[in-house]
Amino acid sequence: MSDTTELPAVLAETRDDFLALTQADRLQLLLEFSNELPALPERLQGHEDELERVEECQSPVFILVTVGEDGDAPDVVRMHATAPRESPTTRGFASILAQGLSGLTVEQVLAVPADYPLTIGLSEAVSPLRIRGMVGMLGRVQRQVRALA
Amino acid sequence: MTAPVDPSDTFRDYAHPERLVSTAWLQDQLDAGAVGTADLVVVESDEDVLLYETGHVPGSVKIDWHTDLNDPVQRDYIDGEAFARLVGGKGIGRDTTVVIYGDKNNWWAAYALWVFTLFGHQDVRLLDGGRAKWIAEDRPVTTDRSAVTPAEYPVVERDDAPVRAFKEDVLAHLGEPLIDVRSAPEYSGQRTTAPDYPEEGALRGGHIPTAVNIPWATAAAPDGTFRSRAELDAVYREGAGIGDADQVIAYCRIGERSSHTWFVLEHLLGYENVRNYDGSWTEWGSAVRVPIVQGTEPGALPTR
Repeated sequence: MSDTTELPAVLAETRDDFLALTQADRLQLLLEFSNELPALPERLQGHEDELERVEECQSPVFILVTVGEDGDAPDVVRMHATAPRESPTTRGFASILAQGLSGLTVEQVLAVPADYPLTIGLSEAVSPLRIRGMVGMLGRVQRQVRALA
Repeated sequence: MTAPVDPSDTFRDYAHPERLVSTAWLQDQLDAGAVGTADLVVVESDEDVLLYETGHVPGSVKIDWHTDLNDPVQRDYIDGEAFARLVGGKGIGRDTTVVIYGDKNNWWAAYALWVFTLFGHQDVRLLDGGRAKWIAEDRPVTTDRSAVTPAEYPVVERDDAPVRAFKEDVLAHLGEPLIDVRSAPEYSGQRTTAPDYPEEGALRGGHIPTAVNIPWATAAAPDGTFRSRAELDAVYREGAGIGDADQVIAYCRIGERSSHTWFVLEHLLGYENVRNYDGSWTEWGSAVRVPIVQGTEPGALPTR
């Protein structure tokens, strides 16, 4: 498929890392991602209500996308997200996307296939219903980027 | 039963006090080295599939409602063979006492307990207050992998009829007590999904005719433990007028919140004919030509 070759490097690497593991180890890797979700930048802390809630996720998770801020080049995207510690799965989803999308250009982010979350081998490990939350999250990020671009 | 019953006074007034254990009781079992033996297996069952991995009761095992208990293809539960493989692999024998705890006020724990009941597992109990209470009390959690000695669990065919209702059963049941445990906006039809669960929707909003709305949380105290016998009687017996001889069916969206209510009716209040309709609103609200009532009133029995 042509879009696999075009997938940005970090997202492709994440996918390959998951696919190389057993189902049980995929959960462990997702947990590592969950633990790596960066804290919100200071200026956003305490302003979670200004972030967009990802309705597709069962747990409260909020995202904010910036384009060309914080010293970035004008078309560079950055994704911020926050979710409670008690929701590690949702945190893991957010972390995969934040790490994979931040630093990309607007064009690159919008070119990420909407079904990327379905391709990283987590549907069986966390269940198809749960992975739909990540699909929703990616859709919202792309919508925010489109609105800002 | 192979683990002792929790003798605490808190549970004394319930119809089946042996179905609950307190965090203090579990701590005692843990200290005595009884957890993870052939006598007692502790199971964590959460909404979040990774929560167990972030830290769990030492020696406990995990059972997930999606990936373990549901059939991966058909909308149904796993069969006897898969169940035997699953729980045997967790060190559970047919006589083992199983204590289940989980997040979200034990929704999923109650759901897992109900599925164990479908397979006729005799001694299965809930940890009152669930995961949140255990952690709030600063009791031990670990990320260490639990050592499990697999057990031989017999292949038992699921017996759905006593505690599980299907759509046809509900249609035949109309006129008998029916409890809708969802939130008020879901009951009235204002929304077709639970506030935080938009992925589990239905095509139509409302409730099953004559069902009364008693949200599941009515049975829970602020700390996630169950309310007292007197408080529960006031809600279900006096409030909803459910008599001892009544047949009752509870439902919600996919059957997990109503498992919580099923547990209350069956084990804490001692009703003998209580079924959980796990198809719930995601089935009823999308089914063709079943009667639906919108608004805050239970509504009238449809003329058939």
